[in-house]
Amino acid sequence: MSIKSIEHVFKVHFSSTAILSEKVDVVISGGGMVGASMACALAQNEMYRNKKVVLLEAASDKGEFILPEAYSNRTCSLSPATVKLFESLGAWDEIKNMRYQPVKRMQVWESCSDALITFNNEDLCDNLAYIVENDVILGAIMKRLKATGDNVDIKFNTKATNYRFPGEKDENDHKESLVSLELSNGQTLQTNLLIGADGFQSSIRKKANFHTIHTDYKQCAVVATLQLAETFDNTVAWQRFLKTGPIALLPLGPNLSSMVWSTTAENARNLKQIPEDSFVDAVNDALWHDRDKNPVVSSVFNSFTDALNNILPGSLLSKQLPPTVIGVQEKSRASFPLSLTHSSNYVKSRVALIGDAAHRIHPLAGQGVNLGFGDVACLNELLTNCAKHGGDPGSLTHLLDYETERQRQIIPVMVTIDGLQCLYSTTLTPIVLLRSLGLHTVHSLDIIKNQIIKQASS
Amino acid sequence: MKYINYRALSRILQNLRIKYESQMSTSKWSVRTSQETSPSYPLDSGLRHYSKTSITRCIQNNEPKAERPRAQTTIDQEEIDRFSALAQLWWDESGEFEALHTMNELRVPLITDSLIEQNTKASGKKDVKIDQPLEGFKILDVGSGGGILTEPLGRLGAFVIGVDASEENIKIAQAHVMHDEKLARNIKYICATVEDMVETEERSFDAVIASEVVEHVADRDMFLKACCKLVKPGGSLFLTTLNKTRMSYLAVVASERVLNLVARGTHDWNKFVSPEEVQYTLTQNGLSTRLVHGMMYNPLSKRWRWIKDTSINYAIHAVCTDEALQLNKVTVE
Repeated sequence: MSIKSIEHVFKVHFSSTAILSEKVDVVISGGGMVGASMACALAQNEMYRNKKVVLLEAASDKGEFILPEAYSNRTCSLSPATVKLFESLGAWDEIKNMRYQPVKRMQVWESCSDALITFNNEDLCDNLAYIVENDVILGAIMKRLKATGDNVDIKFNTKATNYRFPGEKDENDHKESLVSLELSNGQTLQTNLLIGADGFQSSIRKKANFHTIHTDYKQCAVVATLQLAETFDNTVAWQRFLKTGPIALLPLGPNLSSMVWSTTAENARNLKQIPEDSFVDAVNDALWHDRDKNPVVSSVFNSFTDALNNILPGSLLSKQLPPTVIGVQEKSRASFPLSLTHSSNYVKSRVALIGDAAHRIHPLAGQGVNLGFGDVACLNELLTNCAKHGGDPGSLTHLLDYETERQRQIIPVMVTIDGLQCLYSTTLTPIVLLRSLGLHTVHSLDIIKNQIIKQASS
Repeated sequence: MKYINYRALSRILQNLRIKYESQMSTSKWSVRTSQETSPSYPLDSGLRHYSKTSITRCIQNNEPKAERPRAQTTIDQEEIDRFSALAQLWWDESGEFEALHTMNELRVPLITDSLIEQNTKASGKKDVKIDQPLEGFKILDVGSGGGILTEPLGRLGAFVIGVDASEENIKIAQAHVMHDEKLARNIKYICATVEDMVETEERSFDAVIASEVVEHVADRDMFLKACCKLVKPGGSLFLTTLNKTRMSYLAVVASERVLNLVARGTHDWNKFVSPEEVQYTLTQNGLSTRLVHGMMYNPLSKRWRWIKDTSINYAIHAVCTDEALQLNKVTVE
């Protein structure tokens, strides 16, 4: 081989990469709750301690998170499975040191009939879920990430401006074999695996041409932090289905609850604008009013519950009255549009989507973010396996395992939630009747209820 | 319907179509053998060329002096482009060599676990780096092809020499590993045969691996003998191949003649070999067998798993022990 050709190889392969380009093993795009958890999981993964991981976050570094006195209006309901993941990352202790509120009981009812369902673990000892503010979750994870992540390079104020996926040609007409990213700071990254955690409007999902299903619910969720009248052990989560969408009250603290009210866009705009007093009245009205009650359904339902009570004694309605709202925290009202977004595939060669980038669902069951954290746990486990087999982190075989395993869990949840949302958005008498009788039957059968609890916590 | 994962669906349909193809295309030589009707010695023109030059060298010097086959370190850009394109054939994980990719899930842990266990036994407790468990091991991957097994072993910390008699394969493997500088430091590819290697590297490897190769060589005994000679005392030899049974015959007939999934002549059932025969040859050459295990490919899940039955695919792990060497009067120079 001539010196000239060696020189040529050197030029092509090293000169362009020497100054600005960096070769890394994994790039995580998006430093939200899910993306940061992924980075945190890889930071603590022994198989990745000598691999390079980059976390891209468009926002600036906020430094150490200091817990503000006022509660934030954006909260998550964390399932026991998510808590388990946080425990393994060491982030749960951080959250415990800040604040969280356990949910011991859930009551779901509706405005068109008296049917209701409650969930609680027998002795009220085990918690069904934990309500934690988003800021607290992110603060805890970032703290753990900074403390443990020697292998993780967090690039704040940076986002990818251009992507080249495997098989695409660069300016020199060479086919890309890895994923190459041009960053807003002028740097170029080459990575074996790109993890897209860039939210429901994921640019990676769009740029990599993932087929996506999108349904607009034509609803907006209004969130607010509410003050409750009674100062009691606030550990019940409430959800009432109204004909315009469900309203949920999640316990935040002794007499504070976080509200998520899914309603029409018009009503949402109105709720954000009206004075605080009127807003409180509107919330109380939503929780208490009887206007939509259907007389036909009521009479059939009553005879049905009597009959069922004869067969299954003790299945009487144990309805607990919802709390009365007395105030709303200043400037805590906000709204955002709701949609169902699902990417038909979560992976492509050297690309994996996690969290809302792959799937976004209606908040009515509080499962959205838990599914995202489930993605993190699953992908971390499969990447560990892949590394143990000496595999390339971007190896499609392992990524497909991730896709299969996650879709097996996520799609049923998504279909159920989408179905519930449809089922409860109508006031048609036969449907109201059927859903009321069905709900009451499930409520009376502990076996089914325990199954549901088990499903929701895994 | 809107939730259906179309890729999963098409994958299932593909699976139904392909079935045995992957099992049969485990051949690393299938690309070539479909062109060459019957290679006289396993391998191809590149190798013959190599052998010729080494013969002339011997004649000229009058005194044969062994020289280590040179590793491919540089290739020019044009070749990189050409071989990168070919590398996609090897490295497409859902392509022709899919079964070889997924076989790593079995053979990599087998090699890693066995070597570590062997090492711990020999030198007492030793700290193993969890992410680089093979650090310090020198491994020879015989018939490395595109590097499907070579790269994972290198990634786990081993120093791996991949030998392949096909110059094309070596260049493909070389072009692929260049993408990962860190990995490239652990891997060398040499266009040679095991017999060539014996000249300079006798008894120097912690492990010699011949995965899915034995069933393609012309002179099996010579090949295995050379492999055994390369293993250093206390070192291991790993083999995976196809058994010579009715089952494997049916599998070949089904895929090559009935379903036309693989080009005819890719596999020559007559060259298949039973584990007993292999074990006999290995023992003759100073290796004692530690493990014989069947492997099963599920064409639906496209995954391999270990099974007891060795009637189609199987793996052998043998160790070069002093007793076995003495017993068979194999001398170590």
